[in-house]
Amino acid sequence: MGTLTLDGLCRRYATTTAVERVDLEVAEGEFVALLGPSGCGKTTTLRMVAGFVAPSSGRILIAGRDVTHAPPHGRDTGMVFQSYALFPHMTVGENVAFGLEMRKVARAERDARVREVLRLARLDGLGDRLPRQLSGGQQQRVALARALVVNPAVFLLDEPLSNLDAKLRAEVRIEIRALQQRLGLTTLFVTHDQEEALTMADRLVVMERGRVRQIGTAEALYERPADAFVAGFIGRCNLLRGTPEAPGQFRTASGALLPCLPQPARPGDILALRPERIALRAAGDGLPARLAAVTYLGAQTEYHLDLAGTRLVAVAPTPAEGDARRGLAPGDAVLAHWDPAEARLLPAEPGDLLDDQA
Amino acid sequence: MAGSRLHRAAFGVAVTGAYGLILAPVLAVIVISVFAQEIVSFPPSGITLAWYANAWERREFARGFLTSLQLALGATAIGVPLGTAAALALSRARLGRFRGGLNTLLLGPLAVPGVVAGTALYLFYVRAEFWIDDDIKGTLPGLVAAHVLLTIPWTVRLVLASLQGLDRAAEEAAANLGARPFTVFRRITLPMLRPGVVAACLFSFIQSFENLELTLLLVGPGRTTLPVAMLNYLEFRVDPTLAAVATVQIALVGALMLITDRFVSLSRVV
Ligand SMILES: Nc1ncnc2c1ncn2[C@@H]1O[C@H](COP(=O)(O)OP(=O)(O)OP(=O)(O)O)[C@@H](O)[C@H]1O
Ligand SMILES: [Mg+2]
Repeated sequence: MGTLTLDGLCRRYATTTAVERVDLEVAEGEFVALLGPSGCGKTTTLRMVAGFVAPSSGRILIAGRDVTHAPPHGRDTGMVFQSYALFPHMTVGENVAFGLEMRKVARAERDARVREVLRLARLDGLGDRLPRQLSGGQQQRVALARALVVNPAVFLLDEPLSNLDAKLRAEVRIEIRALQQRLGLTTLFVTHDQEEALTMADRLVVMERGRVRQIGTAEALYERPADAFVAGFIGRCNLLRGTPEAPGQFRTASGALLPCLPQPARPGDILALRPERIALRAAGDGLPARLAAVTYLGAQTEYHLDLAGTRLVAVAPTPAEGDARRGLAPGDAVLAHWDPAEARLLPAEPGDLLDDQA
Repeated sequence: MAGSRLHRAAFGVAVTGAYGLILAPVLAVIVISVFAQEIVSFPPSGITLAWYANAWERREFARGFLTSLQLALGATAIGVPLGTAAALALSRARLGRFRGGLNTLLLGPLAVPGVVAGTALYLFYVRAEFWIDDDIKGTLPGLVAAHVLLTIPWTVRLVLASLQGLDRAAEEAAANLGARPFTVFRRITLPMLRPGVVAACLFSFIQSFENLELTLLLVGPGRTTLPVAMLNYLEFRVDPTLAAVATVQIALVGALMLITDRFVSLSRVV
């Protein structure tokens, strides 16, 4: 167990920069998730930590030791591969014992530790099977057990759940988190599934095109996104182009004037407003809007609003039977209200906004 | 429904026909080897094992068999490790623009007609004998060296195919668990390549054992392989003795295939 430090880590290829100046501190026993869209450099970052990809520049420190140029076998990381990468010609027991064997752990202790970790991973009695005789979920747990048994300084996982079905994924998520906490493992976890990252990790690193956009707890990223990309990537968000007018006023591209948090504005800023922070009312404060569409989602209902040409999405718990709002239908006029502090101006880069958000 | 049954029947007939076509000559050889009369005619005048006895008594077949066996074992023992190493280099080493050329060079002997390669080797051996002032033609080392040209391309081809299907992540996992490169190779890579290497041994052995064209000019008095001995025999006699010898050959190759198939499923690698 130990800390992990990435210091200005870069990886360039002939035509692309896969990872650009990533700085990250993972504390002892902390679970950090690398999150981002496909191709943002998550796997490359993880593989640099494991030693399979050489950094173009920057340093990697594990437990304070500079391992930037150390070979993979000298790094003391425990990696779980997306494909599991079990040794097909070895039994489950031999697979799990391999790391201990490499560390020259005596036979008796090795057997005891293998038995213990197989029990932890709920694989008792499967030690003599070959990997191909196991289900996908069991193979996944063997891969976990094999990496855990050596007590690595840093535990690395690259989308370990992506080959499991939805139900199993939810279970294994909880299991991995419990094991990680119980063993106090310093963990770097790669995923492009934000729910996975939000539920498992102590802190999240949001990456985009090789760069870190923001690092923080799930709550910090959701409530205080650093930019429009993070706001749109973590949870849903209305992202509106336009220009700040007076402090606390934002003129959207289509001309609506919306209240927002008074804050120093930079040109090109985007207004970000979470759908569930918009309340719909029949009377009182609020901006007049017309309902363009209503989508019933069971527990929640989604309202597509048209504010004089500006489109906003609001989400609210589905009103109880008999509530007047239950009968809202496209074409109805409503008042949309939000606390101006919920509408923030965020910097945005070209490409941060999806096409339907304008 | 009826259409699909017709389909299946037609498929069955086609498969049976194809197998029949492939196996007919083999079966014919085996059957002829026990016909009693010297000139093959049907129906046979009787059944006999005399041709096997005759083959056994003619020293050139026994000696040829022994030479072919030594030759095939030697060429396999040398060619398979070299071919495996070459396949590893081809798929792993940073060869850049040399990769294509090296690949062609290693697989090349498969494309050159055996007689042409044999003639070239013959001329080369004549020249080389002059330089080193010793025999190469008609010696076992000379023959083994020639047959390594057969076993290397086969090995490269089969092992390269195995390498392409190999999961590199397993090797990375081993390194991640603390295995040094050579340990990774010995404990992970090689065992995962086993089917390809076993198949390479089998095919190398068979290629060498049955080769006629490449060998023809390189044998010498007292150092004749079984196929060449058979050809020589054919030049002045045609009787079922050859069928008897061929039957023994077929039995040997068949047995080898069966034994190998127990270790690796051949249909998976070839
Ligand atoms: N060996 C390589 N040569 C050239 N470019 C590469 C190489 N490996 C990765 N890249 C590029 O680097 C970028 C980051 O790749 P990486 O595999 O790290 O993405 P990722 O975040 O893991 O994506 P995903 O979620 O799809 O797995 C991609 O644009 C990819 O094309
Ligand atoms: Mg990836």
